[in-house]
Amino acid sequence: MSSVHLNNIVKRFGNFTAVHPTDLTIPEGDFVTLLGPSGCGKTTNLRMIAGLLDPTEGEILIGGRRMNDVPIHKRNLGIVFQNYALFPHKTVAENVGFGLRYRDVPKSEVPGRVQAALDLVQLPDVGSRYPKALSGGQQQRIALARAIVIEPEVLLLDEPLSALDANLREDMRVELKRIQHQIGVTTVFVTHDQSEALAMSDRIVVMSAGRVEQVGTPEEVYNTPASTFVANFLGASNILPARCIGRDPDKIRLQVPQFGVVPVPGERAPGVGEGAAKLVLRAEKLTLLGDGADATGLITAQATVETVDYQGQTVRYFVRLGDTPLQAINMIDTRPFAAGSTVTIGFRPQDCAALQGE
Amino acid sequence: MMGGLGWNLIRGWTLLVYVFMFLPVAVVVLLSFNASQFGSFPMTGFSFRWFIELTQNDAILRAFRTSIILGLLTALISTTLGVLASLALVRYRVPGANVISTLLIAPILVPEVVLAVALLLFLNFLSINKSFALLLAGHVIFTLPFVILVVQARLVSIKRDVEEAALSLGANPVQTFFQITLPLMLPAVLAGALFAFTISFDDITGTLFWKPGGVETVPTQIFAMLRNSISPEINALGTVMIVMTVGLPLLGAAIARQMARKSGT
Ligand SMILES: Nc1ncnc2c1ncn2[C@@H]1O[C@H](COP(=O)(O)OP(=O)(O)OP(=O)(O)O)[C@@H](O)[C@H]1O
Ligand SMILES: [Mg+2]
Repeated sequence: MSSVHLNNIVKRFGNFTAVHPTDLTIPEGDFVTLLGPSGCGKTTNLRMIAGLLDPTEGEILIGGRRMNDVPIHKRNLGIVFQNYALFPHKTVAENVGFGLRYRDVPKSEVPGRVQAALDLVQLPDVGSRYPKALSGGQQQRIALARAIVIEPEVLLLDEPLSALDANLREDMRVELKRIQHQIGVTTVFVTHDQSEALAMSDRIVVMSAGRVEQVGTPEEVYNTPASTFVANFLGASNILPARCIGRDPDKIRLQVPQFGVVPVPGERAPGVGEGAAKLVLRAEKLTLLGDGADATGLITAQATVETVDYQGQTVRYFVRLGDTPLQAINMIDTRPFAAGSTVTIGFRPQDCAALQGE
Repeated sequence: MMGGLGWNLIRGWTLLVYVFMFLPVAVVVLLSFNASQFGSFPMTGFSFRWFIELTQNDAILRAFRTSIILGLLTALISTTLGVLASLALVRYRVPGANVISTLLIAPILVPEVVLAVALLLFLNFLSINKSFALLLAGHVIFTLPFVILVVQARLVSIKRDVEEAALSLGANPVQTFFQITLPLMLPAVLAGALFAFTISFDDITGTLFWKPGGVETVPTQIFAMLRNSISPEINALGTVMIVMTVGLPLLGAAIARQMARKSGT
């Protein structure tokens, strides 16, 4: 187990820069997720840590040791690939035991360790099968067993769940987290699925176009997005132009044309000074209020429902407030509001965040 | 559906073409079991006499040995070179990969006579005499494209991430090749080797140009015997050739399929 440091890493392909200067620290034992849209450089970063790509500039340190010139097979990393990458001509046991052949593990210990790894991924009885005779989810578990049996310093996973169907993905998410917790290995996980990232990570690195937008715990990146990009990428947000008209000790006051003055908690408005600002209002925090609903403590306005997107337990409303389109995602237990109706919308100011305006 | 008459004509014509192609072969095989002195119809009885005589003909045995050695060496060298070339072209970024690839495949496209004469002229130019090594080199040059085509096709289908997984688990590049890449492309390698062997074994054009004096392969031996007379021995020899050049690839295919089934690839 080791920490990972990227010092000023840059990766260029020809004259295209896939990763702009990046500094990143992944503490020992943490589960860190690289999250971002397709093409933002997640895989590129992961492959540089793995040693499958050479950084154009900068340094990679694993456990404090400079790794730039260490080839992949000497780095002692466990990698899980999107498409499992099991060896089709070897049995499951041979797959899992593969990494042990290149380590100082006495031959007599190999079967025991292979079995322990298979037990850990809850597939104790498939050792003699070939990978082809396993389902996708089982193959991915074997791939995980193969990567952790060598007790790697760092576990690297590139969208390991994306080839699985939705239900299985949820199970594997829990399973993966359990295993990671149990062995405590430093883990770098790549995904473009925000719910996966929020559910599993100790820390999320939100990336966009080759740059790190924000690093923080799931709560931090969710509640206090550092940029418009982050606010929009993690869940749906309404972002409204505003002016900061004053700073109290623990609050800042934003003047928002649609809602008047909104006092936002100071810790959710880092770096916002007087002048142009933006109000970040999460769609989940904007509520459509029925007749006679209790609106104390809420900032309210009248709006028109334009589109209703019914999703079972939740409904996603697209409403219009004057000229401003807004989104609201509400839990419902009765019937949703109908399109075309006029409703009161409301939110608690302490649920909002603020960003520096342009 | 298409009209009946047109299709029937096409069907009939196709049948005739096949008859035309395979009837002579069938006749050769049939006549090789003829007991009569003369290698022609009518057949007078069934016998292995001409096959036995084959085994007592020194010239033919020598030719056979030469052909086998030549075929085996050609297969060995062609396959080794072909595997290495395919690896370089598919797995590494080689400058001018396209040009190299075209050059390696070119011998298939050039008529064999042209290739044969060209190589001969080139060696004359270098004042090198004809030799067994030269004959071998010639065979390697025109079997190489087949090996490369087969092996390359397979290599492209082997995912890079399987090799990367092996590397990440601590196998160095050489170990990764022998543990992962080679076993996965083995069916193609064997197929390539079989191709090389069979092509070399029944080649005559190039061989006639390149062989040094006094060395005969089975095809050139048959060719030489035909100039004297049509002996029934030739029919027997032809049958042996057919069995080898048709049977070997079939055997190879069966083995490859068996291996593929076992490893589940
Ligand atoms: N070998 C390469 N040559 C040129 N450009 C490349 C190469 N590999 C990646 N890129 C480019 O670098 C950028 C980042 O790619 P990367 O694979 O890291 O994206 P990603 O964040 O993993 O995306 P995805 O979620 O789609 O996997 C992309 O624009 C991609 O086109
Ligand atoms: Mg990727």
